[in-house]
Amino acid sequence: MSVRIDIELCTGCGVCIDSCPFKAITVEDGIAHVDETCNLCGACLDVCDFDAISMSDIKKTEFKGDGFKGVWVYAEQRNGKIASVVLELLGEGRILADKLGVNLSAVLFGDSIESKANGLIQYGADKIYLVDDPLLKDFNDEIYSNILTDLIKEYKPEIVISGATAVGRSFIPKVSARLETGLTADCTGLDIDSEKRLLLQTRPAFGGNIMATIICPDMRPQMATVRHKVMKKASYDPNRKGEIITKGFDGHGKNLRTNVLDVVEEIGDLVSIAEADVIVSGGRGLQEAKNFRLIEELARTLDGAVGASRAAVDAGWIPYSHQVGQTGKTVCPKLYIACGMSGAVQHLVGMQSSDVIVAINKDKDAPIFEVASFGLVGDLFEVIPVMIERLKNRKG
Amino acid sequence: MNVIVCVKQVPETTGVKINKDTNTLIREGTKGIINPFDMYAVEEGLRIKEKLGGEVIALSMGPPQADEALREVVSYGVDGAVLLSDRAFAGADTLATSRTLAKGVEKVGEFGLIICGKQAIDGDTAQVGPGIAERLDIPYVAFVRKIREISNHTLVVERMMDDGYDVLEVTLPALITVVKEINEPRMPSLRGKMKAKSVDIPVWGISELGISEEEVGLKGSATQVIKIFTPQRHGNREMLEGSVERQVDQLVSRLDGMKII
Ligand SMILES: Cc1cc2nc3c(=O)[nH]c(=O)nc-3n(C[C@H](O)[C@H](O)[C@H](O)COP(=O)(O)OP(=O)(O)OC[C@H]3O[C@@H](n4cnc5c(N)ncnc54)[C@H](O)[C@@H]3O)c2cc1C
Ligand SMILES: Nc1ncnc2c1ncn2[C@@H]1O[C@H](COP(=O)(O)O)[C@@H](O)[C@H]1O
Repeated sequence: MSVRIDIELCTGCGVCIDSCPFKAITVEDGIAHVDETCNLCGACLDVCDFDAISMSDIKKTEFKGDGFKGVWVYAEQRNGKIASVVLELLGEGRILADKLGVNLSAVLFGDSIESKANGLIQYGADKIYLVDDPLLKDFNDEIYSNILTDLIKEYKPEIVISGATAVGRSFIPKVSARLETGLTADCTGLDIDSEKRLLLQTRPAFGGNIMATIICPDMRPQMATVRHKVMKKASYDPNRKGEIITKGFDGHGKNLRTNVLDVVEEIGDLVSIAEADVIVSGGRGLQEAKNFRLIEELARTLDGAVGASRAAVDAGWIPYSHQVGQTGKTVCPKLYIACGMSGAVQHLVGMQSSDVIVAINKDKDAPIFEVASFGLVGDLFEVIPVMIERLKNRKG
Repeated sequence: MNVIVCVKQVPETTGVKINKDTNTLIREGTKGIINPFDMYAVEEGLRIKEKLGGEVIALSMGPPQADEALREVVSYGVDGAVLLSDRAFAGADTLATSRTLAKGVEKVGEFGLIICGKQAIDGDTAQVGPGIAERLDIPYVAFVRKIREISNHTLVVERMMDDGYDVLEVTLPALITVVKEINEPRMPSLRGKMKAKSVDIPVWGISELGISEEEVGLKGSATQVIKIFTPQRHGNREMLEGSVERQVDQLVSRLDGMKII
C-alpha cells in the first residue's frame, strides 16, 4: 500500500503538507511528493480539495489468523495481589467477547495464586488458565514471556489484552514479537468492527496531542496494552461459574539468562501515581523540599498520590518515580490538582487526559489554566491549607 | 566490550496539534530532535566504554535526514554511527522496525550490550527494544534506572516498576532500555563536534542488510493506522473568583456535585 499523488489533479497548493504528522509531504515543481517518512496514516487523503491523493489499497499479506478464537486478559499480579487494572480489563474484555460471541478468559501466573482464580470468574471470566509455581513469584520477563507465548500458541485466542503497567509494557512486547503479530501500546479505547471481526485500538500519539485508531488486520492474536482508569470495572457476581484450567510449569532446570535478585517497594504509605484516582502535584512554586509536606497532606486528605513536575524532581525535592510528563509517567486520574506549576507542554502531555484538572497558581496567565477544569488564582501557601481544612471538616 | 545504542530522530511532538476548525494537523517547531530517552542511552554507553573499553556505535533507522541526529550523538563521544535507510522501510510499525534494527545490529558485529531509550516520544510505544532483543534471542531488561555492576559477562541492574524497583541479573550479551533517572548526559566536546562534521556515516538499505522487502516497512508490519483525530477535552475551564476561602468553597462544592470527592 502507498499514498499516491495524481500529478494530473495535483495543483501544488500545499494544503496536504500541514495535514501530515510525519512531515512526509513536500511540494516540488508544483507537485506534491511523498517521501519515505510516510506512515500511511491517511491523514492527507481528506484534506485535498482536488482528490489528487489516494491510497492504493492492496492486501499486503494473506490472513494468518484462521482458527484463532476468544478474548484473553492477562491477569497481572504482584506479590500475590491482582493489579487493579485487571478488573477494568475484565469489564472491557467481557464487552468485546460478547460482541464477538466468544468466551472471555484470564491468564494468571504466580506462586500460590490459585485462590485468586475464582475471583476472576466472579468478575466475568469464563475460563482461567492458571500456572502456579514458586518460580513465578517474581516478575521475570524471560519466564513470563515463554509461558504466555506457549499458551497463546496452544489455545489460539484472537485478542489478548494486558494492562499498560510496568509489567505489561515490559514483557507483552516480547510475546508479540515472538508471535510476529501486532501490538498496540497504551490504548485508551477498544472496540470491535463486527463485520471484519477486527479489534479497533485507539491510543494517544504525539504526547496526547492526537489520537490514532490502529488495527492488526492479518495476524493473530490482536494484542493491546490498555491504560489504567479508562475502562469500566467489571461487575461482580458471586454466583458466576467458570472453568479453571491448571497448566503445569516445565521451566525448571532450563538455562535461564535472567535472574530476579530482589524486589523493592518504594512508595511508602502513599499510593503510586499510576494507580491513583486522585493526584496532587507540586512544582517549582513550592520553593523548597520541605514544602512538599503540604502537597502530601492534601493528597492524604483525598486518599490520593503525590505527583511532581520535572523542575521539582530535578531540584531534588522528590524522587523521579513521582514525575509526571513526557520524561516521567503518563497519568489519567479522576482528579489532578496542579499546585505551583506553570503547565509546560512536557508536563501537560503526561496529565491532560485526567478527568478533572484543578490548577492553583499565583500567575493568572500560567498556561496550566488552559487545560484546567477549575482554576484558582492565588498563593498556594494560602490556598492549600484552606483546602485541607475544608476537606477535613467535610469528612468529619 | 562494544556497546550499540539505538537512537531515533523524532519530531518535536509537543508542537503537533490539530487545528479544530479545519481538522488538519498543525506543527510548530518542525525541527527533528533526538528522542530524549536515547540521550540517556548514549550517555550510559559512553560510561560503560570508559569503564570496560571497547567502542560505542550508534544505530538509527530513518529517512536520510536522520543522519543529523547521528552526527549529533557523535559529538557527544560515540565512536561510530550507521544509518539504516531505504524507501522500503517506510510505514514500518514496531515489529518491522525491530526486525530491521536487529539486522543492522548483526551487521555491525560483536557487542556486549545494546541500549535503547525507554520509549520514543512520537509513538510512546516502548516496543522496539524488546522486539530487537527477541529477534536476536538475547536477555532484556526494560526501564533500567541504574546499572549496579557490569563485567564482560554479566550485568546487574535496577528496573523501575510502578511501585518501586526490581534488581535483576542477566548474562551478556543483552539489551536494556533506560529511563531518565539513570544518568545526567554530558555536553558535547569540541573534539566530538569536529569529528561529527567529518565522520563517515554509512547508509544501509535492504540489499546491504540482506533482508527482503516483505519483512520491512509497511509490508512487514502487522498493524496499520486507520484514523487520526483530535482528542476530546473534558469540560471547560472555569476560573473561580473571590477570596481564597470563597474560591476553595466553590471548588469543593463543584467537586462534590460531580461526585469526584
Ligand atoms: C525533553 C524535555 C522533557 C521534559 N519532560 C518533563 C516531564 O516529564 N515533566 C515535567 O513536568 N517537565 C518536563 N520538562 C520540563 C518542562 O519544560 C518545565 O521546565 C517544567 O515542567 C516546569 O516545572 P514547573 O511548572 O514546576 O516550574 P515553573 O515552570 O518554574 O513554574 C512554577 C509555577 O509556579 C507558580 N508559583 C510560584 N510560586 C507560587 C505560589 N506561592 N503559589 C502559587 N503558584 C506559585 C509560578 O507562577 C509558575 O507558574 C521537560 C523538558 C524537556 C526539554
Ligand atoms: N527507528 C529507530 N531507529 C533507532 N532506534 C529506534 C528506532 N525506533 C525505536 N528505536 C529505539 O527503541 C526505543 C523505543 O522506541 P519505541 O518502541 O518506538 O517507543 C527508542 O528509545 C530507541 O532507542
